Amino acid sequence: MQTFLGMDYNTWWFLVFGAVISGYAILDGFDLGAGALHLFLKKEESRRIAMNAIGPIWDGNEVWLVIGGGVLFAGFPVAYAAIFSAFYVPFMVFLIGLIFRAISIEFRSKEPWLWWRKSWDIVYCFASVVISLSLGLMLGNVVEGLPLDQRHEFAGDWLSFFNPFAILVAITTLALFMMHGAIFLTMKTENRLFVKMHVLSNNFIIFFVVSFVITTLYTLLYIPHLSDFFKSHPIYFLIPLLMTLAIANIPRQVKIGKYRFAFISSVITIALLLIMVALEVFPYLLYSPKEPANSITVYNAASSNRTMKILLVMALVGTPLVGIYTSFVFWTFKGKVKLDEMSY
Amino acid sequence: MDVEILARVQFAFTIGFHYIYPPLSIGLGLILVILEGLYLRTGNRVYEMAVRFWIRIFALIFGIGVATGIIMEFEFGTNWATYSKYVGDIFGSALAAEGIFAFALESGFLGILIFGWNRVGPRVHFFSTIMVFLGSLFSAVWIVVANSWQQTPAGFHIVGEGLNARAEITDFWAMVFNPSSVDRMLHVWIGAILAGAFLVLSVNAWYILHKKYLEIARPTFKIALTVATVFSLLQLFIGHRSADGVSRYQPAKLAAMEGHYDSSSSADMYLLGYVDNKGQKTAGLKIPGGLSFLVHGDFKAPIRGLNSFKPEDRPSQVNSIFQFYHIMVVLGTTMIGLSLLGCWLWWKKKLFDHRWLLWIFAWSVLLPQIANQAGWFTAEMGRQPWVVYGLLRTSDALSKVVTANQIVFSLILFTIVYIVLFALFIFLLHRKIQHGPVDYGTKETIEGGQRRDNPLLEHEQAL
Ligand code: HDD
Ligand code: HEM
Ligand code: HEM
Repeated sequence: MQTFLGMDYNTWWFLVFGAVISGYAILDGFDLGAGALHLFLKKEESRRIAMNAIGPIWDGNEVWLVIGGGVLFAGFPVAYAAIFSAFYVPFMVFLIGLIFRAISIEFRSKEPWLWWRKSWDIVYCFASVVISLSLGLMLGNVVEGLPLDQRHEFAGDWLSFFNPFAILVAITTLALFMMHGAIFLTMKTENRLFVKMHVLSNNFIIFFVVSFVITTLYTLLYIPHLSDFFKSHPIYFLIPLLMTLAIANIPRQVKIGKYRFAFISSVITIALLLIMVALEVFPYLLYSPKEPANSITVYNAASSNRTMKILLVMALVGTPLVGIYTSFVFWTFKGKVKLDEMSY
Repeated sequence: MDVEILARVQFAFTIGFHYIYPPLSIGLGLILVILEGLYLRTGNRVYEMAVRFWIRIFALIFGIGVATGIIMEFEFGTNWATYSKYVGDIFGSALAAEGIFAFALESGFLGILIFGWNRVGPRVHFFSTIMVFLGSLFSAVWIVVANSWQQTPAGFHIVGEGLNARAEITDFWAMVFNPSSVDRMLHVWIGAILAGAFLVLSVNAWYILHKKYLEIARPTFKIALTVATVFSLLQLFIGHRSADGVSRYQPAKLAAMEGHYDSSSSADMYLLGYVDNKGQKTAGLKIPGGLSFLVHGDFKAPIRGLNSFKPEDRPSQVNSIFQFYHIMVVLGTTMIGLSLLGCWLWWKKKLFDHRWLLWIFAWSVLLPQIANQAGWFTAEMGRQPWVVYGLLRTSDALSKVVTANQIVFSLILFTIVYIVLFALFIFLLHRKIQHGPVDYGTKETIEGGQRRDNPLLEHEQAL
């Protein structure tokens, strides 16, 4: 087994995958959230501003999903094959959601008619909700584990995806994104819309905290093995602690009007949440609770060492580049939204 | 119906639909770079208006390209799980590279290209346009490399056996530059550029026919005509190189492309024809020995025929492969003829004098689109029964856990969604074209009777 800075390639690549997925949740999280709360905005002008707030960047955000797919495929092909064929039905729903969302953003502004725009608003909102829920549902099932056979393929029934834990995770994901999106929109808006977004942010913070607490309690009571890692490594309790602080900081910053800090706190919340998930599942990518021997781990699912090495070089070269131009684009569109003739 | 057929139909349908859009994005990207470059050099507002107009069309096309492309990325995992495990080592790195190096570049700068006109200076905007174009070129690179690897595998070895066998990279660059990737890459790029150039030709021919926006339409038409001429000629040359590669590395495919069965005889080249696969006969308008001549430079040289392959090792849809291949070649030749005719009339200063020719140009957008699809169907059906040529059979590549019902479900879903999507796309494209390349802002103020400083518009109204 080859290593780099004392850690084997498989673990490195797991970290890369985790980082990309976190990047996706943080970036696409706010525009999915903005979409999910779209129908709370009533006026045409407000809806236009909200859409243009994410207009120039949502596509770049979604690329993180594409990269995540590639990263999983390249580093852990067995997991890529097992996960996507197992989640066939929810994943197709998720993909159709992505299609409708992309085209609703693109098409809405192309015609001035009221009925046209209102219909696309509904499509946009529903698609964002469906995407967030199905992401959460799949995440919940991955965390819980799926029944796998000896060839590491799914050996269950897809109806079992709709279990209480996964549904709770799905709702929490939606709530998290809505909170994240509301704070983002508060940063990007002015005047009455700004006041409205401020109020909405507070509501979604409550929505998130409630669903998060319920999910956590449910996990502790019914799926105790998920907290094993933290029980055996008490030092890591620091992470949930930090996360609680980050969550508590969000309403505080919103209250004193420091939306940027509130946004940063919700970014940190998402990152820490996913780090917790990663710690709980590692080294499993897909755990098989009934037959642990059939589980998919970062070792038995991996590509060859040579490929991992090539991939790490790619990541080392590519990530800074992506970082540079993503920051450049965000910087270009910083500040409050102003509509002009090229806007949606 | 069985899972294999369904999964193949679904793959062909979704990739075929996706492949309407990326070539347009790549080709339009080049036109945008040319137009904006001219605007920066000359300061002529005609070019600015043209660029702004085509950016809007570009945005529409790009949006659908992204939406349908994401489906493709995951379809390997959902429907072709065994294939994904088999090629993950190789294919996965190409897809990862595509995401990191190409899509991120493209989508990042896309925001500036579309929304940044008033936010950044003209040079930064031009830079973004170039980056989007390069990003789209790169995104084609990796995916075509991956596809070429499965046509002509290289730089790997096989580990494991039976259902657990998989290919592992031994030499990354040999994998990337496998025997067919360079030729096919160039061929795909040129096909894409032709798709863009002919779209621009079509729209502008339509404007000229309707005497609209002539100041913009005429110069843009000439630019696109130049691009179309150069690249359609190049395509003939590169296409020949692809065929040469096929003759060397995929002889069964070549034999199917020309409906050639008998190994002992020289092979004919057909201009049009029909293959009777049962009777193993091909009939039509042909150049006797033409294929032998193209491959070996000798009309008499024998070429390996389909009969020399075991039935289970050669493609069975011979007539379809034959027809798709010939459609592509006929359309390629048509494009060369059409653009050369255009250039000749241009030289005679009569380019816009013949309405019938402009009408042909107005419909010419279909030529490269059909040729592109036909080309892929040739390449992919000719590859059968293998997914990875000579190594992994299509029938072994499926997801073991996905049932026929699940695929029927997704196939129906995709069919409905894509039909709606296509109808909306055509509708919006049509409306945009009718709206024309006039600044939206300026037009509204003029209609409101406040500003009349746009000479083009005044001219337009005078016509
Ligand atoms: C890198 C991979 C890759 C790329 C770039 C393409 N394909 Fe492909 N294609 C496959 C990988 C593949 C595959 C996964 O290997 C399939 C599925 C089943 C099969 O035999 O090959 C396939 C099948 C397949 C079929 C069905 C063939 C048959 O069933 O006989 C068609 C018509 C196409 N493809 C068409 C296309 C088009 C129009 C493409 C243009 C973008 C394209 N392919 C790019
Ligand atoms: C089977 C293979 C294919 C897969 C898996 C695939 C995957 C994808 C994905 C995931 C996207 C969306 C990326 C984003 O969010 O920006 C996309 C878009 C794109 N694809 Fe494909 N693609 C395939 C075939 C091709 C081929 C053969 C080409 C080029 C010749 C191509 C060129 C592009 C381009 C240029 C885009 C950008 C969107 C656009 O321009 O419309 N793709 N593809
Ligand atoms: C004019 C003469 C042409 C010749 C001789 C030719 C030849 C070929 C051959 C032999 C293949 C199969 C390659 C393989 O299976 O590996 C192919 C594929 C293809 N062709 Fe053409 N072609 C021509 C024109 C065109 C034109 C005009 C277009 C589009 C505008 C086009 C688009 C494609 C595409 C997209 C593919 C699939 C990708 C590939 O395999 O390279 N071709 N062509």
